[in-house]
Amino acid sequence: MLIIGERINVITKAQRQAMQDRDKGPIQEMAINQVKNGAGMLDINIGPAEDRGDELMDWIVKTVQEAAHVPLCLDTTNPVAMEAGLKAHDNSWGRAMINSASGEEERLNMMMPLAGKYGSLIIGLTLNKQGIPALAEDRCAIAAEIMGKAVECGVPMEDIYLDPLIMPVPFSQEKSLESIRAIRMFKELNDPAMKTVVGLSNISNGAPKTLRPLLNRVYTALLMYEGLDSAIIDPLEREMIEVIKTVDILMGKTLYAHSYLEM
Amino acid sequence: MAFVVPKETYNGKVCEVEIGTGPRAVKIGGEAALPFLAFEGPVPNRPAIAYEIQDVPPDDWPQTLQDVYRDVSADPVKWAKYCQDELGAQMIALRLIGTHPDRQNRSAEDAAKTVKDVLAAIDAPLIILGSNNAEKDAQVLKSACDAASGRNCLIGKAQEANYKTVVASAMASGHKLIAMSDLDVNLAKQLNILITQMGFDKDKIVTDPMSSALGYGIEYTYSVMERIRSAALFQNDQTMSPPMVNDVGMYVWKVKETMAPEADQPSWGPVADRGIGWEATTATGFLMAGSDLLIMRHPKAVETVRKMIDELV
Repeated sequence: MLIIGERINVITKAQRQAMQDRDKGPIQEMAINQVKNGAGMLDINIGPAEDRGDELMDWIVKTVQEAAHVPLCLDTTNPVAMEAGLKAHDNSWGRAMINSASGEEERLNMMMPLAGKYGSLIIGLTLNKQGIPALAEDRCAIAAEIMGKAVECGVPMEDIYLDPLIMPVPFSQEKSLESIRAIRMFKELNDPAMKTVVGLSNISNGAPKTLRPLLNRVYTALLMYEGLDSAIIDPLEREMIEVIKTVDILMGKTLYAHSYLEM
Repeated sequence: MAFVVPKETYNGKVCEVEIGTGPRAVKIGGEAALPFLAFEGPVPNRPAIAYEIQDVPPDDWPQTLQDVYRDVSADPVKWAKYCQDELGAQMIALRLIGTHPDRQNRSAEDAAKTVKDVLAAIDAPLIILGSNNAEKDAQVLKSACDAASGRNCLIGKAQEANYKTVVASAMASGHKLIAMSDLDVNLAKQLNILITQMGFDKDKIVTDPMSSALGYGIEYTYSVMERIRSAALFQNDQTMSPPMVNDVGMYVWKVKETMAPEADQPSWGPVADRGIGWEATTATGFLMAGSDLLIMRHPKAVETVRKMIDELV
């Protein structure tokens, strides 16, 4: 499964500071560290970045790829910053991913044409103006709208990563099973199967700190069983990576060797 | 409607490994498609064939095979030159079988001298093989590696029991390395992991799945090779991406079909033809499973396989 590292994020203080100061050190170090621990792609979350977002995105994409030779998942709601990132992205190690489009008309109309223009991958969040539908069936309806827009923009189905959206189990326990069901149903929307992605840690939002890693890990295993293709997670959480590698082994996606955890 | 050839898509590719130096250096591997399916992906190099020679006269080879090398096999240097110059060998594989404790028990120093002399006489790339005694090979291959320094040889074989010393020697003298495990895809992966964890570059490894002759378990080798190759190409498993070598002659020319005289087995036909056919057929099977390098003994078998490769590529 593709691991998208989540640690370069404007929410954390050190990274935000480094972004503001254009200080390469902490950002490159975090990039290298995540790749070393199993990330095949890095999420670059610069937030809404309303002020000179394009400059920041251009700088950070070049900064990260100077140190870590992986493709990037560009995470901003600012379309101007998104386009700057796509322009700056070096595709030598794989194509960039847009994080994200959704069923909201405005966002879909902004982001999907960028995927077509730059030939990038794109995450489709299955929510719309009314929020996240309770039922997996209704999330599939939104997925269909996103897929329709993709056809219009010349984006191939295999470049779309559908995200069912994970809800915190402490507040909406019944939703955890619904998102698993949604993964299974998304896969059936196309042949070859649609690809899927989740922002995993939301499952344990609001749970005590000691419980969060366990909830995250077990939920990941369940989603992977349904065919989850990628997840935005913290690759520095060693036990999570071990679960992912082990599920890949048990499902026959990688070849077993006694040292499989070390690879 | 026109026929469209269905094509498989691949996620990974086999490493390309160069052996030897100068204009005669040989590249193996590099393919991103299953064997002989060049229409599905790049296949930059044809499978290579190395002629096997030994540091001591091949008394244990069947007579029909010994006869081919009768005039040269007493001296490994002459033998190597004969293979290179007369038979047109693309590569030479020198097996230091005389170092085996149960054979002549030649010393590591003697082996090193043989390696030096052979290298001085040829410019074809050299594969240096121990006697398959893990303990003795650790010493012998160390001296051989030093003696071959700068010639970018392929050294073999690193096995679970001795890989640490063999890897260290190959690394110190800048050689490529054969990693062999006992007919087990998971152990093959494990050995590659252990070798790379020592700091040895995975792009310098060639995998020996352990060969077996036609009629004597070739199907086990075949299926291990298939699984290695599909891990590399479909799962993009970096630890499984080295090219593969098959030590063909050594396993073929000891089975009864290549040795039994016609007098004992009249229905089997002339023993000389039988051996050649057995070696060529075994080698062909390995090519179908993805072999990138064959170590063979009989010139006629080599010729047959070479022709087949030329026709299929």
